[in-house]
Amino acid sequence: MELRQKLAILADAAKYDASCASSGSRRRNDGTQLGDTTKIGICHSYTPDGRCVSLLKILLTNYCIYDCQFCVNRVTSDTPRARFTPAEVAHLTIEFYKRNYIEGLFLSSGIIRSVDYTMEQLIEVARLLRYQENFNGYIHLKTVPGASPELIERAGLVADRLSANVELPTQEDLDRLAPEKSRQQIEKTMQEMAGQILASGEEVRKHKSAPKFAPAGQSTQMIVGATASTDGQILQTADALYRRHRLRRVYYSAYSPIPHGDDRLPPEPPPLIREHRLYQSDWLIRFYGFGVNELTTAAEPNLSLEMDPKLSWALRNRDRFPVDLNKAPRELLLRIPGLGVRNVDRIIQIRRHQSIRLDDLAKLRAPMRRIRAFVITADHNPEALRIDRDDLAHRVVTPHVQLELFAAAGSARTGEV
Amino acid sequence: MYQLTTDRDFDRWRDLARQMLAGQISPPQILWLDREDEPSLLSNTALTPPVSSQPAAQTRVPREYLDLASKVACHRDPDRWNLLYRTLWRLTHGEPELLERVTDDDVYQLGAMERDVRRDRHKMTAFVRFRQVPAESGEEHFVAWHRPDHYIVRLTAPFFRGRFAAMRWTILTPDDSVAWDGHTLHFGPGVPQSQAPQADELESLWRTYYANIFNPARIKIAAMKKELPVRHWSTLPETQLIPDLLAEAPRRVEEMTRKSRENARPGSGPRSSGSARPGDAAAGDLYSASTSPETYASGLPAGKAATFPWTAEPFIPQSRSLKVLAEASKNCRGCDLCDIGSQVVFGEGPHDAMVMFVGEQPGDQEDRQGRPFVGPAGQLLDEVLQQVGIIRDECYVTNSVKHFKFEPRGTRRIHAKPSSREVSACQPWLVREIEVVRPQILVCLGSTAAQTLLGRDFRVTQRRGDVMKTEWSPWTMATIHPSALLRIPDEALRAKSRGEFEADLAKVAEQIAKLKAG
Ligand code: SF4
Ligand code: SF4
Repeated sequence: MELRQKLAILADAAKYDASCASSGSRRRNDGTQLGDTTKIGICHSYTPDGRCVSLLKILLTNYCIYDCQFCVNRVTSDTPRARFTPAEVAHLTIEFYKRNYIEGLFLSSGIIRSVDYTMEQLIEVARLLRYQENFNGYIHLKTVPGASPELIERAGLVADRLSANVELPTQEDLDRLAPEKSRQQIEKTMQEMAGQILASGEEVRKHKSAPKFAPAGQSTQMIVGATASTDGQILQTADALYRRHRLRRVYYSAYSPIPHGDDRLPPEPPPLIREHRLYQSDWLIRFYGFGVNELTTAAEPNLSLEMDPKLSWALRNRDRFPVDLNKAPRELLLRIPGLGVRNVDRIIQIRRHQSIRLDDLAKLRAPMRRIRAFVITADHNPEALRIDRDDLAHRVVTPHVQLELFAAAGSARTGEV
Repeated sequence: MYQLTTDRDFDRWRDLARQMLAGQISPPQILWLDREDEPSLLSNTALTPPVSSQPAAQTRVPREYLDLASKVACHRDPDRWNLLYRTLWRLTHGEPELLERVTDDDVYQLGAMERDVRRDRHKMTAFVRFRQVPAESGEEHFVAWHRPDHYIVRLTAPFFRGRFAAMRWTILTPDDSVAWDGHTLHFGPGVPQSQAPQADELESLWRTYYANIFNPARIKIAAMKKELPVRHWSTLPETQLIPDLLAEAPRRVEEMTRKSRENARPGSGPRSSGSARPGDAAAGDLYSASTSPETYASGLPAGKAATFPWTAEPFIPQSRSLKVLAEASKNCRGCDLCDIGSQVVFGEGPHDAMVMFVGEQPGDQEDRQGRPFVGPAGQLLDEVLQQVGIIRDECYVTNSVKHFKFEPRGTRRIHAKPSSREVSACQPWLVREIEVVRPQILVCLGSTAAQTLLGRDFRVTQRRGDVMKTEWSPWTMATIHPSALLRIPDEALRAKSRGEFEADLAKVAEQIAKLKAG
C-alpha cells in the first residue's frame, strides 16, 4: 500500500483521541539536534472542526485483536486496515517537523499479536526518532495496559508523555463494553508510570544529567456517554485517578455511534456540550478548590447543560453571595461565577492600590451580566441586592449561545470558567 | 516641540527617551516617529534633542517596565512611542507603582499592545511553513514566507534558532527577513511573497493528513477562524483544502447518519458483534454522527432538526478588509438560508465609496452570478442611476440579507421574502460593511433595508425621500425598491411610483454634487 493511503487510513483512525497537548516538557536543543519542546506547546494548525493540530497524531496500525464495542478498530469492525513500518512513521515525523507543521508525534496503536509486542513496536518508533534521527521534539506514546514494567521503563525514557486510557468511567462499564480490559490492570500500569515519573523527578533534582522519565507526565482518556454512568461518577473517577496516579490531564471524549455498533451501545451520541461541562468541572476541581462532591448532587447527578458548573453551584449556594471584591480572600473570589484565576489574581493586585469598581471589571473583560449579581463593589451595584429573586438564573445566563461555542473550542486546553 | 525618529528600534528609543527624561522634556512636547521620511505634522520642530547634564541615575525604572516596553515597541501602532514615553514619564514622576494598576488607561493600553505582540509571535512560531529549496552545497535549505501583523522578526528569530539549530533556514516577511547559517542569525530587509519558493513535495502528504484528521461531524468554523485567522491562509498549504472539506462535510455526515440510522433500525433484533456488513468503505466516518455545530452550541441532543445560531456574528472575522469579509461570508452558517441558494452574494464597490445602496436580498440572477443587483431590478436601478447622473461603479451596493431565498415552482425559483429572523441574523454583515465604508450618503431600497437600519415601524410608503441623520450615515434616505416597481401591475400607478423613485435618486445626485463641490 502506498504511504499516502496508509497515512489517510491511520490518521482517520486516530482522530477520536482527544488529547492534542504538546506541553509540559522542556527539551533544549544542544545545537546539533532537530527540535526542542516548549513549556506551553504550539498549535500549528486548526481543522474546520475547530480542533488544533499540534502533533502528528496517528496509529501505527488499526488492526486490533481486542473487541471494545465503542471502538472503530475492534477486531469485529470492517473498517479498512493499514499498518505503518516504524521507519515510515519516523520519516513522516521528521519531514513534517522540519517544515514546522508539527510539534512532534502522538503515536497510538491497535493491539497486534500481544500487548508486549505492540508496546515494543511503539517504542521502536520513538527509539528510531531519538537515536537515529537525532530528533529532540515532542513524543507522546500510548502505553498498552498490562505491558511489562521493563517496556514501560523503556517507553518513558524516549517519550515526553505516556498515557494509558481508562476508557470508561466504571468497572461495570468496562465489563459491558470492553470485556478484555480491567480497571485494575489499567491502574496498575498507571501506577507503574507514576512511580517512575516520581523517582526520575527526584533523581533529576539531585543531578541534572540523570535520565528523564516522561517529563511531561501521564494522561488518560475517558469516553463519555457510551454508558449510563453519571457525570458525578465520571468526576469521581477522574478525581481518584488524579490523586492516585498524579495524572497531568484526564481527557473526556463524547462517545459517538460507530458503524454496526451493537445493541449495548446507545443509538444517539451525548451532546458535545456535556464534554465541555466536564472539562469545566475538572478545571474547578484542580485549580479552583472545588470538592468533587460540590459539583453534582444526589438529586441532580448530572451537570447542567444550560449553564456552567460554577454558576449552577453558585445558584444552589446563594447564601454565600454577594462577595465583596474589595475584601474577600482569594478562595472566595475564585468561587464567583465568571471570574477566572487570572482575573482573581489581577483583582488582588489592583485592590492594593485602589478600590475595585464595576468598570474595573469591565476593563478586565469579565462577563458583567454573570458577575454583577454576585459581587459587591465600591460603587453602587443594584444587581447584588437581587440575589434572592427567583429569576436570578434567567438574568445571569448568557443570552448568546455562540459565546459558549467559542468557549467550548478551547475547553480541552484551558477549561477556564 | 521635538520631533524624534526611532527607526523602529527599541534601543534607539530608549537612548533618546533617557536624554529627554534627563532634560525634563514632558510627553506633550515630543512627537515620536518611526521614520525620518514620515510627513511631519509640525512646523518649528527641533530635530536634535537637548544634551543633558543630569545624572543618569534619575532614569531608573523597573526591569518589568523595560521588558514590557521592548515588546510594545514591536507593535505596528505608530502611537506606541508616545504611549511608552508617557508611561515612562509617569513612572518617574510620582507614580512608581503605575504598572500594577492594570485598569489605568495607559497601562491597559500597554497591556493590550503587549498581548497583540505576544499573540502575533505565537502565531509566527505556529504558522511559518518552511519549503525546501535546492542548495548548491548539497545541504538542505528551508525557506518560509510569513506575514506577521507586527515587527516581530527579531523577537521571534531565537525561537527558530533554538528549534531548527541543525538546519539552514530563512524566514522572509514583508518588513524584515532573517536567515540562519548554523552559526549566526542574519537580519535583512523585507521581501515580497512573489520571491518566496512556491511549493514543496511534502505539502501534499501534509494535506492528506489534514483532511483525514478532520471530523466532518463536528464543524466549528468560527472556532477555527478565531485561532487560524483568514489573513494567514495564503501562506498555509493546508488551508486550500478548507472549502472542499466544508463542501464535502454535509454529504459525509449525511452518509454517516443514514448508516447509523440503518443500524438503529427498530426490530432488527440483537445482532452479534461480529455482524459487520461488507462494503462500508467509509466506515471510519461513522464514528460520530449527526452532531452539527448548532446542536453543540445550544446543548440540544443531537439528531434533532438542525438549528442555527440565528446570527452571523460568530462567522465574521476581525478584519476591516472588504475582500476578507466577502471571502469569510462564503462560510456563513448564521441562518437557515445558508443551505438554500447556490452562493452568498456580498456587497460590491469601493471601500471608500461616498454612497451606499442597501437592497433586500439577492434574486435568481444575483444568486447565479454571485453579484448584487445584476437581475431585472438591478437593470432598472442602473437605468435610473444613469438618468440622474450617478456612476454606479463609484457606489457601494449591497443587500440586507446575503443569501437568496426562494420557492421552487417547477424549474423556476420564485423569490420569497426573508423572515425577520433571517434579516436580523444577517444584519451583522451589513453593519460591518457600513462600518468599513462609512458612507456619507446611505440609501435604503425598500422596506426590508429601511426597517433593518431605521427601525421596525419605519414605513417607506409614508416617509420615502425624507433625509435623516442616523447612526449609520449623516445623510440617510429610504426609497422604493426597484423590484417593487417592477411588480406593480397597474400601469398608471407604476409610472407614478417610478417618478417618485427617480425624484429620490435625483436628490441623491444633488447631494453627491454638493459634497464633491464642498
Ligand atoms: S484495544 Fe484499543 S484499538 Fe483495540 S478495540 Fe480496544 S480501544 Fe480499540
Ligand atoms: S443569509 Fe446571512 S446570516 Fe444567513 S447564512 Fe446567509 S450570510 Fe449568513
